[in-house]
Amino acid sequence: MRKSRTLNLGTGSFVLLGFAALFFLTTQTTSRGLSWFGPPHYEVTAKFDNIGDLKVGAPVSMSGVEIGRVVKIDFDSNEYKAVVQLRLNERFNKIPTDSDASIYTQGLLGGKFIGLTAGGADTYLKDRDQIDFTQSAFVLENLIGQVLANFTKSKADEQGAAAAGAAKSNADTKSNSDTKSKEKTK
Amino acid sequence: MFKELWESFTEALEGLGSVVHFLFRLVVNTPRALLRFSLISQQIFNSGAFSLVIIMLSGLFVGMVLGLQGFQLLQRFGSEEALGTAATIGLVKELGPVVTALLFAGRAGTALASELGLMRATDQISAMEMMAVDPIQRVVVPRFLGGVISMPLLAAIFSVIGIYGAQLVGVQIMGVDSGSFWSQMRSAVGLSDITEGIVKSVAFGIACSLIAVYQGYYATPTAEGVGRATTRTVVTSAVVILFLDYLITAAFL
Repeated sequence: MRKSRTLNLGTGSFVLLGFAALFFLTTQTTSRGLSWFGPPHYEVTAKFDNIGDLKVGAPVSMSGVEIGRVVKIDFDSNEYKAVVQLRLNERFNKIPTDSDASIYTQGLLGGKFIGLTAGGADTYLKDRDQIDFTQSAFVLENLIGQVLANFTKSKADEQGAAAAGAAKSNADTKSNSDTKSKEKTK
Repeated sequence: MFKELWESFTEALEGLGSVVHFLFRLVVNTPRALLRFSLISQQIFNSGAFSLVIIMLSGLFVGMVLGLQGFQLLQRFGSEEALGTAATIGLVKELGPVVTALLFAGRAGTALASELGLMRATDQISAMEMMAVDPIQRVVVPRFLGGVISMPLLAAIFSVIGIYGAQLVGVQIMGVDSGSFWSQMRSAVGLSDITEGIVKSVAFGIACSLIAVYQGYYATPTAEGVGRATTRTVVTSAVVILFLDYLITAAFL
């Protein structure tokens, strides 16, 4: 009798330890597990022209404090816009309805997240509201493309001006190319 | 020459077939064996709780090595903060299940095989059959189920201790920031990573226990035969674990 008691005790504590370890792995090392028993929340949507590589699960922050997460990303085929569903903690229920949502990048090449900036309205966002003021993701490739396009354009202008200036007087050409180069440095 | 090759091939097929048949018999007998749960609980104690010390020690050192190696590697890219993520994903998905299964095969698998082999050699199994007690149901299934239940729990314990080992070296000794160690881990590790680890450890548990009880039950009833059964258990288990590991990893990609 005594032997079987210590045996059961040992087995029981081993199984308990094992399940405690499994519980730790599912809740403490992942972010998803925490939302199972998550705090009360409400959901709002926002429409963006371009969300870049925003993913489900990305944080939503306000002044750098995490107040929620992205739970769903969909595409509106009438307006050709991305519809992002945000789940916000009930604790932060005083967000003005005219707040604006922008997509930012963590670090230089990090993941995307949504930053909310408070507006000035007296009414607050409720469940199933929509944020009207949005700003699309900053897409690095587009920016590089624009910079390159500007660069080649100003270079072509300069050459064109120089060729045209050759026909004119020398002094005129000099001042012309001077202003061009100043524009480029700007 | 050809004939010999062909014979060894058919022999291998025969062995595989009899393992599958044996597994089928175990599964059929499982419901009735579950009624006598005290037998299974005793086997969980034998193969699980007794393996705990070696699993925890190995987990600690594997985690510490991961912390050290990971830190050295990540430092080159200036991203030491990702150490928590790297160590956790490595432990939960790969090292936890595989190393635990290898240790389990060495610690519990050999014990099962030699115990059953000795029972066979000393005619205890035949005696049970004479008394109309089904040895599969009374002896083999509880050992098999005990192993299957213990293995995932051991792997989870291994991973958790390993994460703490990595944290010990990375945060306490090497000076990675504790907050970013945990928060980067939480944002990067998904539930699917944990699921993959659990699926792996369950599969390894089934494979290890099956091989051990099969080798023990069908051991040649001599001292030499029991020794050979024990050796085969470890060798076959190791190969099967690594093979299954590849399959499951590919399936989860």
